[in-house]
Amino acid sequence: MASHVYVLIAHQDGRLDDSALELAAAAAVLFPGAAPTALVAGAGPELEAACAAAAAAFPEVWKFDQAALAYPNAELLRPLLVKVLPAGAAVLLPHSTLGMDLGPGLAIKLGAAYLPDVVACEGQDGALLKVVRQEYNGQVSAHVHCDTSRGVVATLRSGAFRPAAVQAAGSVLDRSGDAAGLTARRRFLDVVPAEMGDIDITREEVLVSVGRGIGEQDNLPLVEELAEAMGAAMACSRPLVDAKWLAKARQVGTSGQTVKPKVYLALGISGSFQHLGGIKGSPFFVAVNKNPKAPIFQAATVGVVADLLELVPALTEEIRKGR
Amino acid sequence: MEILVCVKRVPDMAENEISLDSGGADIKRDDLVYSVNEWDNYAVEEAIQIVDRVGGNVTVVSVGDADAEEILRREMAMGANQGLLLSDPGFEGSDGAGVAAILAAAVRKGSYDLVLTGALADDGAAQVGGMLAALLDWPYASVVNLIEVKDGALRIGREIEGGAQERSEIDLPCVLSIQTGINEPRYVGIRGIRKVASIEIPVLDGPALGLAAGAVGAGAARVRRADYFVPPAGAGAEMIEGSTAEVAVKLAALLKAKGGIK
Amino acid sequence: MPVPPFSPATATLGGFPAWILFLLIPLAGTGCFAYIMWKRLAPLLRAAPDPRFRQVPARLALVLKIWLGQWRHPRYLLAGVLHIILFFGFLTLGARSTQLVFLGFMKSFPLPLEAVYGPVKDIAAAATFVAVAILAVRRAFFMPERYKVPPAMGRDHTPEALFVLGMILTLLVSESLYEGTLQAAGAGASPALTLPWAFRLMLAGAATPALKGLNLAAYAVHDLTFFFFLCFLPLGKHFHVITSLFNVFFMRVRTGNVKPVRHGIPDSQLDEVKSFGVKKFEDFTWKHILDFYSCVDCGRCTDRCPANFVKRPLSPRFISIKGRDYAFRQYPLVGEGGHEPEHLIGSIYSAEEIWACTTCGACEEECPVGIEYIDKIVDLRRGMVEDGLVPQSIQKPLSAIEKRGNPYGKLEKKRAEWAAKAGPEVKLADAGDTAETLYFVDSISSYDDRMVKIAQATARLLDRSGVDFMVLGKDEKDSGHEVRRFGEEMLFQSLKEQNTEAIKASGATRIVTSDPHAYNSLKNDYEGLPPVAHVSELIAAGIQSGKLKLRPLEEPEKTYTFHDPCYLGRHNGIYDPPREAIDAIPGLKRVEMEGHCRDRSFCCGGGGLNLFHESEEERRMGSVRVEQAHKAGAQVIVTACPYCLTNMEDAIKVAGLEGQMEAIDLCELVDRQLQDK
Repeated sequence: MASHVYVLIAHQDGRLDDSALELAAAAAVLFPGAAPTALVAGAGPELEAACAAAAAAFPEVWKFDQAALAYPNAELLRPLLVKVLPAGAAVLLPHSTLGMDLGPGLAIKLGAAYLPDVVACEGQDGALLKVVRQEYNGQVSAHVHCDTSRGVVATLRSGAFRPAAVQAAGSVLDRSGDAAGLTARRRFLDVVPAEMGDIDITREEVLVSVGRGIGEQDNLPLVEELAEAMGAAMACSRPLVDAKWLAKARQVGTSGQTVKPKVYLALGISGSFQHLGGIKGSPFFVAVNKNPKAPIFQAATVGVVADLLELVPALTEEIRKGR
Repeated sequence: MEILVCVKRVPDMAENEISLDSGGADIKRDDLVYSVNEWDNYAVEEAIQIVDRVGGNVTVVSVGDADAEEILRREMAMGANQGLLLSDPGFEGSDGAGVAAILAAAVRKGSYDLVLTGALADDGAAQVGGMLAALLDWPYASVVNLIEVKDGALRIGREIEGGAQERSEIDLPCVLSIQTGINEPRYVGIRGIRKVASIEIPVLDGPALGLAAGAVGAGAARVRRADYFVPPAGAGAEMIEGSTAEVAVKLAALLKAKGGIK
Repeated sequence: MPVPPFSPATATLGGFPAWILFLLIPLAGTGCFAYIMWKRLAPLLRAAPDPRFRQVPARLALVLKIWLGQWRHPRYLLAGVLHIILFFGFLTLGARSTQLVFLGFMKSFPLPLEAVYGPVKDIAAAATFVAVAILAVRRAFFMPERYKVPPAMGRDHTPEALFVLGMILTLLVSESLYEGTLQAAGAGASPALTLPWAFRLMLAGAATPALKGLNLAAYAVHDLTFFFFLCFLPLGKHFHVITSLFNVFFMRVRTGNVKPVRHGIPDSQLDEVKSFGVKKFEDFTWKHILDFYSCVDCGRCTDRCPANFVKRPLSPRFISIKGRDYAFRQYPLVGEGGHEPEHLIGSIYSAEEIWACTTCGACEEECPVGIEYIDKIVDLRRGMVEDGLVPQSIQKPLSAIEKRGNPYGKLEKKRAEWAAKAGPEVKLADAGDTAETLYFVDSISSYDDRMVKIAQATARLLDRSGVDFMVLGKDEKDSGHEVRRFGEEMLFQSLKEQNTEAIKASGATRIVTSDPHAYNSLKNDYEGLPPVAHVSELIAAGIQSGKLKLRPLEEPEKTYTFHDPCYLGRHNGIYDPPREAIDAIPGLKRVEMEGHCRDRSFCCGGGGLNLFHESEEERRMGSVRVEQAHKAGAQVIVTACPYCLTNMEDAIKVAGLEGQMEAIDLCELVDRQLQDK
């Protein structure tokens, strides 16, 4: 029903975030026939490069060049978008920490419906948009219907939509004037990166990743030995970092590191989307879990239903024998 | 500082197996135990710690029915000073915007300096906090993992991608949604709950909040869950069978072949 | 006794009659001592009540066995024997010391049976002298590990120890010199090789005035040292010389139970108690404060503490020493106290220290003066729970127990699912069945994938033994054994109420369990239940009666050892039935883990909530235990507790001993060896 769909483009250092092309593809699926416009806010030469990149996937790009927008502050972006977007607009955001920060309030201010963390599209029925969401930490899926007649702000799950192919150049419209004089009651100070120490798992080709199935901290040496025998680095899922058993730098996931290994061995990890969201590319994915219904077996190439405390020592020995 | 914390009664994620009922209209609720949403619990603990440092009051509020009283009392046993229940048959079926409107009406009835919510709850929408801020026209920050009180403003940290922390200054009054791990919530024992068992929890309905009939509830909702379903399992992983020793041999060979052994 | 040639009572010091001095010294000494004792009594008067005046015959028996009989001392042989000599020396010389006091201002003070007592006391003094000499050399040059003071706990205690040994030596020597000088002047004789005998020989040719002077000097030294020592006793670890008799008289008569929140307040009135547990010092009962006073600083408790062995931040010895020192500072002999921080946790004790304990009871088993630790730790935990200071690792299981009646958060209706695969049909009370015997399964054996095998084996054994039994099914809740010992008393009370109701409704006249924690709780924490037995007792009886016939082992080359679970053995005295059952298997070779078996069993790491609690430690207790079994030459560890089995199996994996060591439950073993399966 919407004639236009507006897509917020996330970018850093002049490069588009992975979500940008995913959103471009999603726009066509969720709002077929609507003309997509990319919204790119920032400052300086990095912004220029981002706009150029966005123009390769969108017929129209709106540029907002403003020093205050150098760091994406949702409290500044929201009033800006409210100002420039027409009534009844359809807006797409990534379901990232920025999207979660910006989206709900934006929907209210626009008088639009809010459709967060969309995982798939089931079609349209007039102004009724039908999508799939997940609830209960991904344990069940739900069909959700949204009345978009007065507009909609939707955020999309990372990786839910395949990225669009890059096309011919679109036009970049400079609407920086609209962004002048923006103030917000939340002022960005700085970003403190996560403490990494000497560990950088993002460059590793082979990762042995361990999750809650390890049981107790005292069992970790079993996995350390396996990693050592394989010449691999150790990684983990969030619960082990929360419990302070392993450094944050080893966490794979949306709130941890993004890795692109050749081989990924997941031991005792259930396979929540937050964890899987940190694994890019298509590694040779081995999953070991006691629960045959664990979602990780959907994502893995090869799976074993077993107690990792029994399998891991046996595997370590086999690998050592074969060296 | 007057702090209002919005809490929600949800099926306990740790102690339940979520499965669908026969029609798919809802999950099976017979055997479920409910508790306060984990993120909201962190928010209450944070509020109590702030008030311990700078003085003030913590009020916990929930939109629900009589069952919601149980979790309000639990948070009061933890240390919240008072509870408030927003209940009306007309609130049934509200979408996120509806719940936010109900909460906004409650905020306007009091005079709070800070409103906290959990970053997300059982439906994973992570929306009520942001909507509430917009309705009140207050500044907002989500997934907050650090709060420091300066004069008239707060220094906050947000947990962003990669585990980094985005630091900002935000004016009061404001709304913050709280991420897990911001603190270590204190234990609430049965004894504590019994101590607050007879404290009065006021209940406000639609008219008391100044909400017009039909402003919220199923009729006003623009987002509606049609049903639950379990997605058909895809091809998934190729499963390796056998004894521990056999599996170890097969896996070792596969890992070697795929370059997993360096 | 013939009139002595000289005596202090008739002596003069430069014209001044000495007896006045020797009357003033005792008066001042006793006065000072009474003042010190009065000051020491102060905290006890402000402490919580503790009814320790009942069961007098049992208490007298303990005094005879543990105090007079020094029953626990030989567990550390050298120190034990030396102390026994020292102890009996003290007792024997008590009469003589009293007599000496009076001889300072009275010409004679006869004792009954002096003719016998005289030589006896001289021999006792000689033996004591040798013992003290050995103790001093040992303390100075060969000090055992357990006396060492970790730097964080303050200064070394050796100087004080040597000082006291020096004083005892001074008392012995001065008394013997006093005696020896009299004997050299012709009054009396001592047996050969005693100190007075030696002095008499040395002073054989001395002139009487010299002997008189020496006698007076020896007396003065003895008198001053005696009263100085008397006043010194309540200032440190030698307070036990005075308090040990009382501490043993008042020690716990029953093991396995835990003190109520407040003595005198019944469970039904717990809601009215203002504050639970121990937060400040005066929340301890007077007996607990007496315990602090009585600590001998011998370190035996810490030496046997499994938590301390794996370097958790707990030392029972220092729980007592720090408590004692706090009392001394807060209630000083001179001036006002009140400068100590109110809360014990965070000042003298750390939270981690108090959570580190598994309540295994090794400390209490060892203490020669009857000091109790478990009740204090439970009370300190109660205080922390009330303030919400509970480690995150056990908050989830506690919450799960509250909501679901088991720490895993699993559904109540699945509690008896194990029974369907047990073999024989298992009666379910929640389905309306009834039977004479109730098999109380408890949570781990009901829900844990590995431990349900114990429940299933138990069911088969009960069936084979012809026992008519049932289980409660979904009406059974966690026994609450660790819930109580981790300080969540109200949750425990709730579980106790629910279980008691279900048990009574079932109509059972006897309860049996294969879980020693459940056994201990039902037997010692719960009230009004039918008698409780552990399954090992029934197995032993079944073998004896011939109902359980066992076939020979398939692999007789393996050596077996039995690990005594803390709550079966130490706390409840059941050591032999499991051994009888194991020994009844033809062809089975069993060894003991010498020095670490029966009441000296090394805790596996703890049961119940201990499986969830993560304490800072260097290694697991289970690993230590498995190594002990390995050293004893065993390849199979038999346990009779699902928690012990969990800890053993985990430890075997972590220690990399798979293939060399295995663990099995007693019920599984007997079930496996049953004939005609």
